[in-house]
Amino acid sequence: MRARYFRIYSFAVLFALGVCPGAAAQSLRVGNGPEVETLDPQRARSVSAFNILRDLYEALIRVGADGELIPGAAEGWEVSGDGLIYRFHLRADARWSNGDAVTADDFVAGMRRTLLPATGSSFAQMLTPIRGAAAIIRGELQPEALGVRALSPLELEIQLDAPAPQLLGVLTQAATYPIHRPSLQRYGADFARAGRLIGNGAYALDAWVMQSHVSLRRNPYYWDAKDVGIDAVTYYPTEDINSEYKRYRAGELDVTYEVPPVQIAQIRRERAAELHVAPYLGVYYYGLNLTRAPFSGNPKLRQALSMAIDRKLIVDKVLNGLALPAYGWVPPGVTGYPPQQPVWAQLSREQQLAEARRLFAESGYGPRHPLELEIRFNTHESHQRVATVIAAMWKQTLGVTTRLVNEEFKVFINHRKQRRLTQVFRSVWIADYNDPSSFTDILYSSHGQNDTGWSSPAYDARIDAAREQPVLRTPMLQAAERLIFDEVPVIPIYFYVSKHLVQSRVIGWRDNVLDYHYTRDLRLEAHAPTEPGS
Amino acid sequence: MMRALSRLLIAMPTLFVLVTLAFFMMRAAPGGPFDGERSLAPEIEAAIASQYHLDESLIRQYARYLVDLSRGDLGPSFQYEGYRVTELIATGLPVSALVGGLALGLALILGVLIGVVAAQRRNHLIDHILMTLSALGVCIPAFVIAPLMILAFAVTLGWLPAGGWNEGQWRDVLLPVIALALPQLAYVARLTRTAMVDVLQAPYILAARAKGLPGRWVLLRHALRPALIPVLSYLGPAAAALITGSVVIEQIFSIPGLGRYFVQAALNRDYTLVLGVVLVYGALIVVFNFVVDVLYGVLDPRVRAA
Repeated sequence: MRARYFRIYSFAVLFALGVCPGAAAQSLRVGNGPEVETLDPQRARSVSAFNILRDLYEALIRVGADGELIPGAAEGWEVSGDGLIYRFHLRADARWSNGDAVTADDFVAGMRRTLLPATGSSFAQMLTPIRGAAAIIRGELQPEALGVRALSPLELEIQLDAPAPQLLGVLTQAATYPIHRPSLQRYGADFARAGRLIGNGAYALDAWVMQSHVSLRRNPYYWDAKDVGIDAVTYYPTEDINSEYKRYRAGELDVTYEVPPVQIAQIRRERAAELHVAPYLGVYYYGLNLTRAPFSGNPKLRQALSMAIDRKLIVDKVLNGLALPAYGWVPPGVTGYPPQQPVWAQLSREQQLAEARRLFAESGYGPRHPLELEIRFNTHESHQRVATVIAAMWKQTLGVTTRLVNEEFKVFINHRKQRRLTQVFRSVWIADYNDPSSFTDILYSSHGQNDTGWSSPAYDARIDAAREQPVLRTPMLQAAERLIFDEVPVIPIYFYVSKHLVQSRVIGWRDNVLDYHYTRDLRLEAHAPTEPGS
Repeated sequence: MMRALSRLLIAMPTLFVLVTLAFFMMRAAPGGPFDGERSLAPEIEAAIASQYHLDESLIRQYARYLVDLSRGDLGPSFQYEGYRVTELIATGLPVSALVGGLALGLALILGVLIGVVAAQRRNHLIDHILMTLSALGVCIPAFVIAPLMILAFAVTLGWLPAGGWNEGQWRDVLLPVIALALPQLAYVARLTRTAMVDVLQAPYILAARAKGLPGRWVLLRHALRPALIPVLSYLGPAAAALITGSVVIEQIFSIPGLGRYFVQAALNRDYTLVLGVVLVYGALIVVFNFVVDVLYGVLDPRVRAA
């Protein structure tokens, strides 16, 4: 009896062995973080989705391997002298993945769809520099009134209300991708599925198995198909950072989404050539609720708390060097914008602490009138560690007692928006495009992202001036940023870095501040992937 | 049999209560499916809310859900736009069922075998070794054993993949099944051993032995069946443990099963997906208990008579 079962089992094992295929040589395998919520370009909202969409679609402009803006579906463009009219010339040979020609009307349809409230786009506000966009979002104008029109099948015009130098950066984003209108008509909002999705990018959607993989194959109709080196790319959802690293080590992934910080020392030792760590346009900060005590009307207290934080220590010891200390608000690496720091950042640590104590005393707190604070963050090991260290620094330098409150993400976000419970809250901002306004805009008094409740007419005036007078743009934004240093509605703690492991067989990987990597810019070395255990 | 049938009849209201509780508990949790780091324009927020009927009263939404449910429609997923919950479950459930089913089979077959061997060699070295190992198996959680297995068999030896799912080839299934089965296997082994030791001392076994029946015959024919009853009772909790275990295992091995949706959907406030998964898990446990009831009758004549 037992022997018979053994025979059946052995047979099953051998059979399964026989049908197991080997790894495809010209296929790139990418760890891509959480499962994507959708591949609909106008509705996508996660970094993971955008990573895939950059392969599936091509915007008017795209980001080069070094982060620079280069022609995408448009081969060129002109801007009128007053900066209000942009005219794009589309490539005559641009095709959708079913062979249809890509026309200016497809781009018009895409942007109109982003702005239509019923679409539910998270990035509609990004298009507000375009004439009529804000009113369409509010439902006051029909999408047809948008200042984007097709002059001819290959000529697209975009009209603005005021000059917006960031527009070219915005036009690299998924919210501005064209839409294949026949598919949208046929399938409605459910077009973004394998077998239905028609894109104009270098790759076409081959399969999407939820929680398993999204695989793309080369789009034969792509205008530059001859320069696309990799035949196929598969994106794997990798929610668990440690599991992802193990799959990378086993040779199952060519590129990781993240790098486990705990193992960074070992990775630096053993895989230095494969580790890519580079500045990234994102800031991790503590917001201060200025609508209630103790922060409302007390800038000295806010400054003291900011100065008491030793950012270098946090970056080195808590984050294992996988970040950059943040003193300013706009991260270094933004094109055409020199990074700034508050004056005190130049002082020695002792001088900073002395200054922090002085300001704290002047703010009305001290041993006789002790301060008790609360830091609120969403439950995560890393947030907990940062908060614990900051609480210790405040205690040591200023004698402040800090309570740490961790909440589940959605609960936390809700509290942060309501501004009723929060005092100090964890926050993060990642740039949508390479421009200082991506950071300075979010502290504008009426901006939806401004959870601090900071409302400074002087700040708003500077942001407005920067919008209205292109010549003064950079100095005005810098002046606005300096106001943040004085008023401290937010305490920047560190700037993000992008971090990936990239197998040596992947050629052409270049780090850039947006962390954009189009598969069409990469190549694979001919030999087999790294052997497991190496 | 009547008992089993009546259980099946109670199952419907049980599932109804389960769905109702899950519905209102999910809605009571602060935050909604579309809350995130990035704020939306109020008009867009309103448009999304109306699209998903979130602007209606809770009772109305509940009624709408029940009506859809009665038609077999579990609604649209809030997180995965353009996907129906029914569709997500239809792709995830077979994967989880395969891994869970194999793990249960492995736990039962090996567990009983180990238990019987240990009972037969009671207080011998082999008994001590097996029981120490099974104690370890019960104690060490899956999230410890699974990464260790990946490290050994995938990263170091390179025999098996570290994760992923290529339509469920045996290479992808092996490690997750073992990791999921181990704690249950260990528990079943201990249960079987204890029961077997008791049964082997029962008068009727002594009588059978005294009659001169061969040892193996007594063991398999007379002792094993009653010794399996505690194992059978454990099947219900085991099913529940496999379900909760699959949540962890599927995450670690990147398996596209139902367990992965369970936690993620709750965190994302994907109301419909949570309800769908709860309903499936609830139904699974009810069915499992039903099967156990039927098997009781097969194993124990006293139950059949009742």
